[in-house]
Amino acid sequence: MDRDDTEALVERVREATARRAPLRVLGGGTKQFLGRAVDGELLATSGHRGILRHDPAELVLTARGGTPLAEVEAQLARCSQRLPFEPPHFGADATIGGTVAGGLAGPARAWAGPLRDFVLGARVLTGDGRVLRFGGEVMKNVAGYDVARLMAGSLGILGVLLDVSLKVLPLPAGERTLALECDEPGALERLAQLSRGALPLTAGSWTGGRLHLRFEGSDATLNVIERRVGGEVVPDAQAFWASVREQSHAFFAGRQPLWRCTLPPLVPSLPLEGAPLLEWNGLQRWYRCPPGVSAFEAAAAAGGHATLFRHASGAHEVFASLAAPLLQLHRALKREFDPAGILNPGRMYADL
Amino acid sequence: MTPDPALVSELKAALGADAVLVSAEACAPFECDALNTQRHRPEVVALPRSAEQVMAVLRACRRHATPVVARGAGTGLSGGALPVAGGVLLVLSRLNRIVELDPERRLARVEPGVTNLEISEAAAPHGLYYAPDPSSQVACTIGGNVAENSGGVHCLKHGLTVHNLLEARVATIDGEWLTLGSPAGDAPGLPLLSLLTGSEGMLGVVVEATVRLKPLPERVELLMAAFADVRRCADAVGRIIASGIVPAGLEMMDEPAIRAAEAFVRCGYPTDAAALLLCELDGLDHDVQHDLQAVEALLRECGATTLRVATDAAERLRMWSGRKSAFPAVGRLAPDYFCMDGTIPRRHLADVLDRIGEMSRAAGLPVANVFHAGDGNLHPLILFDAGQPGDVERAEQLGAEILELCVAVGGTVTGEHGVGVEKLGPMCTQFGSDELEAFHGVKRAFDPDGLLNPGKAVPTLARCADYGAMRVHGGKLPFAHLPRF
Repeated sequence: MDRDDTEALVERVREATARRAPLRVLGGGTKQFLGRAVDGELLATSGHRGILRHDPAELVLTARGGTPLAEVEAQLARCSQRLPFEPPHFGADATIGGTVAGGLAGPARAWAGPLRDFVLGARVLTGDGRVLRFGGEVMKNVAGYDVARLMAGSLGILGVLLDVSLKVLPLPAGERTLALECDEPGALERLAQLSRGALPLTAGSWTGGRLHLRFEGSDATLNVIERRVGGEVVPDAQAFWASVREQSHAFFAGRQPLWRCTLPPLVPSLPLEGAPLLEWNGLQRWYRCPPGVSAFEAAAAAGGHATLFRHASGAHEVFASLAAPLLQLHRALKREFDPAGILNPGRMYADL
Repeated sequence: MTPDPALVSELKAALGADAVLVSAEACAPFECDALNTQRHRPEVVALPRSAEQVMAVLRACRRHATPVVARGAGTGLSGGALPVAGGVLLVLSRLNRIVELDPERRLARVEPGVTNLEISEAAAPHGLYYAPDPSSQVACTIGGNVAENSGGVHCLKHGLTVHNLLEARVATIDGEWLTLGSPAGDAPGLPLLSLLTGSEGMLGVVVEATVRLKPLPERVELLMAAFADVRRCADAVGRIIASGIVPAGLEMMDEPAIRAAEAFVRCGYPTDAAALLLCELDGLDHDVQHDLQAVEALLRECGATTLRVATDAAERLRMWSGRKSAFPAVGRLAPDYFCMDGTIPRRHLADVLDRIGEMSRAAGLPVANVFHAGDGNLHPLILFDAGQPGDVERAEQLGAEILELCVAVGGTVTGEHGVGVEKLGPMCTQFGSDELEAFHGVKRAFDPDGLLNPGKAVPTLARCADYGAMRVHGGKLPFAHLPRF
């Protein structure tokens, strides 16, 4: 099953560069909805797969880009470890390369940090067929610019991820999820209050009048927290968190445009219609807006930004616009890594 | 070299005459950073007081095609703030205000000249602190921390600068303002804040940084374990981490470093030990208790000859004092020392220490080892006497060999001190010409004319050709038998 497909991928990219033929980079095909539509020939990376190294004592795992995310997580679980950012799969075929390129994190994001915090190294195939290795497999490394981390959330516009090295962490001693009934302002108040303390609140999510709070630690710690926080213990909590992470929860059903707002701490309810689903202790909020209605302005006014995550109607851009000098810089970087502009052109922004 | 009078008068007009230094005496204090073996007295020093004045300096330098080197407190260990001939040294120490400290949102917005420790001191009344704690934290500034991606003794658990930085306002050499990152944690587009962090002043000048504050831990415990054998100590490091415990700090010292530290600060280290491990645990009361018992049991199993848990905060500080003063303590053993900064995968710790010992004996120069064992970041200190003919060259040679060994086992030539001018040669060992060319490409995207801190951080291909010719003897790479990955 494991295979090093580097040569074939390099050949394919070089050949496409020579023809200036745009390529649509595809891992497991589970996140094709993310970003703007790309018109191009398919470059499949799922054949380039296999875990290359994982020594639990090093807290590092290195795998080929096409390795299934599920395989990576199973390997870590066998060693009582995990990807701390709890990435969504959005389908059985999700790959580790696609996960890094997508840059998405699950419910643990507010506690553990974003995906990019865990990228230690990457082997990258550039748009003109160069194979470059950045970063490494060590925790601290300031030799050269941190190009490996630049790949986190880059949506494949700079390069194809051949291998990635990620920092991993041990599983906690235990987890417990508590649920409380409250309205949205009540949930935001409660989350604000909890985030002022030092409790290991690893996930906080509110939807449909119910606030779920997940804590981790030893049994003794969790007992103290349960007494202090109150609410009822949720028996099948893993299923709930998986439904939020994988967007299989009823909130995400239907074809209404799905907006994601990322906000600074302590922002009150946004002036958007419809009840949101709150995640990341209120730092990430999902909205179902009618087609034609935008969340860009409301998120920006609150100091954050919005993304039209799913079910774009074509009426809006997908990502919040960049200031002109910043967009200019994106173009300049794109030219350095993909001079012919053939890798996922337009996936992030038009002309990029 | 005489500075361009037109440039100097433009700078004086923008900053005020007292904020532009040109005389030899006034400029002399800025001739080096903490890598004091390399010096160049700057021809012009600009001391802006505001972000707008920083921008005025950059725009003037751009107009006059003059290189500009940003400098914070000058505590960098790799010559990143070494002035360049014919350039302007942009000193950011007067931008020293904490603009906003928001305990509710747990963030601080600060100017680049604010020191690392000032942030934690300002946050302390709210039960918060800024986690990265480089040993120079009393003096080093947050602008420099961003430029170097500074770490410290607690970064295995609490992260480096890159993990604790939310947003930076940046002035580019093109005279544009950029806001990278966001207090929301995510910003649209590419993660350029991560790219900026650790870029050694090559891509832009940070005029304001927003950092995350963390709650002070409920409980902190420090264990000290002594070993009669370095290998057992190194094994204990791997065992602790593999057991599922992530210590707040995990520091190791070898015999010469233990003896030097004990002689210097009388911190109670057992001087007959071959290796010493300091393991700090922090978090909630019950969790720390749980981990403390587990670590104690593990250390006994690994053969610790002495095992002590600090009984109170005072003893904890005393036990840390030896580690934190290890560099100056070792510095007393010889007239000069070089501090290396390689990082290696932890599993090679014992072998690499053995090899460093052999190399040290072969070179006839003592080496003391003090390091962040938890994240494999070594700080071999090479002792020498610059007054002895040939000593500097032998020490440099030994240093280069140690860094090559780090690369050969899958590590890096610099874990936290940066490349600066010091490690331009070793960079050629770690990276191939394609990677180096890609780094130059990143630089071009931000600074097409190469005016920001030119010649630092990334060696030219020509320099690497020379370095290779010097380092590769008889067509053989050092440690050719070791796998390279």
